This record gives sequence, structure tokens and C-alpha cells, in this order.
Amino acid sequence: MSQTSHGIGGLSYDAKKRPWPAEFNVFLALVILVGAFELIGRVFLGDSFLFNTRDNVDAIFNEQRLQIIILQVSIVGIIAIGVTQVIICGGIDLSSGSIVGATAMIAMSFAQVATVNGNPNPKAMFIDYGWTDLPVIVPLLVAIGCGLIAGLINGALIAYTRIPPFIATLGMMVTARGIAKWWSKGQPISFPTDSFAAIGKGLMPVIIFISLAILFQLILSYTRYGKHCYAIGSNEDAARMSGIKIANHKVLVYVIAGILASIAAVVLSSKNLTAQAGMGVMYELDAIAMAVIGGVSLSGGRGSIIGTVIGSLIFGVIISGFTFLRLDAYYQEMVKGVIIVGAVVLDQWRQRRRAIGA
Amino acid sequence: MSDIVLKTENLTKHYGGVHALQEANFELRKGEHVAIMGDNGAGKSTFVRQITGVEQRTDGKIWFDGKEVNFAGPIEAREAGIETVFQNLALADDLDVPSNLFLGREKVLFNLGPFSILDRKAMRRATEAALIRTAVKIPNLSSTIRHMSGGQRQCVAIARTATFASKLIIMDEPTAALGVQETAQVENIIRTLKENGEPLILISHNMRQVFDLVDRIVVFRRGRIVANLRKQDTDGNDIVAYITGAKTGQAELQAA
Repeated sequence: MSQTSHGIGGLSYDAKKRPWPAEFNVFLALVILVGAFELIGRVFLGDSFLFNTRDNVDAIFNEQRLQIIILQVSIVGIIAIGVTQVIICGGIDLSSGSIVGATAMIAMSFAQVATVNGNPNPKAMFIDYGWTDLPVIVPLLVAIGCGLIAGLINGALIAYTRIPPFIATLGMMVTARGIAKWWSKGQPISFPTDSFAAIGKGLMPVIIFISLAILFQLILSYTRYGKHCYAIGSNEDAARMSGIKIANHKVLVYVIAGILASIAAVVLSSKNLTAQAGMGVMYELDAIAMAVIGGVSLSGGRGSIIGTVIGSLIFGVIISGFTFLRLDAYYQEMVKGVIIVGAVVLDQWRQRRRAIGA
Repeated sequence: MSDIVLKTENLTKHYGGVHALQEANFELRKGEHVAIMGDNGAGKSTFVRQITGVEQRTDGKIWFDGKEVNFAGPIEAREAGIETVFQNLALADDLDVPSNLFLGREKVLFNLGPFSILDRKAMRRATEAALIRTAVKIPNLSSTIRHMSGGQRQCVAIARTATFASKLIIMDEPTAALGVQETAQVENIIRTLKENGEPLILISHNMRQVFDLVDRIVVFRRGRIVANLRKQDTDGNDIVAYITGAKTGQAELQAA
């Protein structure tokens, strides 16, 4: 952009002095992190984190590790997309992990086969009704319906009773987990149809994650919905005075978050070929962490899906890096906590510095 | 009658037992700039809140643009053509200038309900035109409000009202928190509005500013209009006398 297109009323503006986009800093953090693991690996293990070191494989990078990293984060990443827009809008969603559990159970029970190796499927919930071998669209619609209802309840509670989002979604978190356990009395639900199993096969989760990320980045940047998300998160009173229908918007935001959680549930249960009541525990916190690491401000109004995607990669690199360094899984959890708090502290610090600079 | 933009008759507002506004009769003509002055608690802001529909009046009638009106809320008043610059600004800090100008009334390329695609170029062009029209100086339209000084913020808020107010602009102490230079900038915008013939109600404590900018001064005291004077018929001492009650107006004499 040229200099003249910015200056209004005779003021000049130097576009070169524009601050970096926040996403750039997050990306930088990702690069540094990968570099650190690479360095530690070379020095202490004599192995490379990023590059291929096996002679019998013809590749520059350690493709296997990279695939694992992105596969690991793509399912929670789908949730994080929904959580990102909720946080930008000034809210929080603690229910997504439980929605994953409940949706996985319910959707899977509509995706089961009638016979396994010639014998009746012992796990089929609706075999008595003949609801087996249904076309894949049925469990998909059931799943989206689950996410929609959960999101609708979240959104309506927050928009119309004006209770804090933290409380409303905490309630949904506990309730949805209860539903997940009650649905099959705690039994896992297994043996899905081939077409359902295909949804989470191979790199499909990654493709779904990236497609949804692109779609929602476009929505946030180029639609009225996106603009209003940022407006409400940054000054709800101003948004109300400007004639934005806040309640409707909030309901829509939580419905979308719910649907994205249910899509994650389908992908997860399809990938694992089974649904269990404990699925998705703590996913809500991982998703929030990805968003926060990716530069989404918990006070609302700032952040992007691109940031969250990079944040999710940082998340994946940390987990994978710890495995690479052969550290216990316990440490991963501890470090995760430190990183989440660190990211929020960094965000606060950035805000303060910006306020002084202005 | 046709050149009267706003008229109130016996406008009254009681908060419980407090008579915040009593029988205010007010008129504003096309292209006219009127200042409302008075001590704290004199009823200035109460008066504005009744006109803009932020609160519902206890009694009285309001005509706007030739019709009697009953605004249920500020959004209705805005749709009718009354724009208000609020003391607390009502801008979204994390959005850039065009987004704030068009907040809640975005231009769209394709209408897809909430997912309508925004026409960012058109909004940007319209913003540039609006800022030039109001002589607002903003170095960078793409930077967020958060990065701007108090004066720049106020200018954006005023440019927004000036862009959309077809009929009446109300400013509630627009320069209260601003420095000297920033105040001058806001005052320049008000002069530009005057040249463009846009009617304005200005609430201000600043005597110099009022005498610089407006045609007529209305003084409120204890919920009543005690003076309604053309600028050339009065001076600062006179106005202060009305504000403090040393000199009483017609309305108060009648009530006594």
C-alpha cells in the first residue's frame, strides 16, 4: 500500500512502521521452538527433530513425525476454531470436550454395522429396531444436531439469562458428560460402517481441520458475522448502541462452536473406530490453550484463526518434542499449564506495552 | 414550521421524586447550531436522553423532522436521523476506522444473512470521503482505535455521526477529555458541519467554545430552561448569571 492512500487530511503515514501482525510473533515462537528441539536433539541425543536421519528412507524431513504432530492437533484444532470465535466475541466455552464425548456416543450408535465377522454385532445399540448399516449421512446429521442443540442451550443461557459464559458452559460441560455416560450406560460403542470409518482415516482429520480453518478465517475476515464478533468482544456497549443484535449473534456464535465440537467428535470416533464416554476430556482446555497461544486475547476482540492454527502447531510440537526427548508424559501436562499461563501473561504484557506506546 | 428540525413541548422527566427536567420547550431550526449549558445536574443530559430515546419521558411531546415522534430506544432515534456522540464514545477499540464508522450498518457485496460478504473497499472509500468532508485528520485508516489518541478517537466518533446523521447531530461534551490541539481539531469539525448546514446540539461547559461555535445558547437550571439567547444578544457574564441563578429567566419567574 502506498503512503498516500493512508494519510487523510494531509497527514502522512509510513506504512513501514506498521507493527507486525500478532500472528507473525506466534509463528516466530513456533520456529524458535522447533529450532530449540532440533538443537537439544542434536547435542544430547545425536538425532534430528525435524530432518530425516534414517538411511533407508528417502526424504529430507522426518515426515512421519510431522504427520503425527499435525494429526495429533487436528481434532482438538477443529474445536479450537469454534473456541476462537467464542473468545473473540468476549466469551468462553468450557463445554466443547464434553460435547465431543456426548456427540461421539450418540452419533456412533447410529453408525454401527449389523454383523461383525458373520455374527450379530454385540455392541449395536439399535439392532432391535433395525437401525444398523445406515447411510453415513444419518450419523452425520445426528452429530450436527447434537452440537447444534448443545450450542443453542449455551448461547440462549448466555444471551437471555445473562449468566457469565463460564458458568453456562460449565453447566453444559458437566451435563453433556453425564449424557455421554448415560447413553450406553458407560459401555463403549464400536464397529462403525466403512463409510463412517472413512471420515477419520489417514490424513482426513488434517484435511477437515485445514478446510474448516480456511473457511472460518474467511468468515471472520470478510463477513458481517466476523466483524460483529470483533465488535462485541471489543466493546459490547458500543456494539449494542450501533444496533447490532447482540443476543442473536451470541447464540449463533455458541451454536457454531457446538457444531464444530460435534464435527470433531465424528472425526475422533471415526478415527478410533469406537466411541467412549470419556472421549474429549480436557479437550476444551487444550482448545482454549491453542487459541491463547495463537494470540487470541481472552479479554475479547483480538485474534484470528490463523493464529490459532499456529498455536495448535506449537502445541503439537511441544508434545511431540517431549516424546522425542523421551521425557515422561507427566512433564507434558506440567509444561502445558506453564505455557498457557505464559501465553496469557505475554498477552497482558503486550497490551500494556501497546497502551504506553499509543 | 417547515424549517424546524426538532421541537419539544413541555418535555418533563421525573426520576421518582426528583424532577430532573420540567416543561422544557425547545426548538431547533435547519442548519442551526445550539449550545446547551448549565451546571452539573441542571438537566442537560436528561434532556438529551429523552430526545434520543435512551430514556422514556414522563410527559411532553417531541416533534422531529415535521412529525411527532416516540422513540422506543436510541436505535429508533438513530434510524430517524438523530446521531449522538456519547461521552463514553461508543467505539470498538479493536476495529479499524472504516469498521467503526460502519458498525452495525456495514455495506455488503452479497447478502447472506449474518454471513453477508462485506464490501470493504466501498466502506473504505466512503470513510475517506467522510473524513475529508468533516476535515478529520487520521494518519492511518487501517490501524485500530486502540492505537489512537483521545482526540483522534473523538474525531472518528464525530465523523461517524456526521456520516450518517441526515438530520440532527447531538454532542455531549465532545472535548471534555481532550488537550488543546485536539479540542481545536474537534472544533474545526464542528465548523465544517456548520458550513455544510447540518444542525447540531452541543452540550458544553466551555464558554469560549460555545461563543466560538454556536448561533444560540440555551441555559438549563434545576431542570428548567431559564434562558434562550442568540449569541449576539448576550455575553459570558450574562450566561454565567443564568447558570448560577443570579439572573432568572422567564420560565422560572412564571413558576415562582
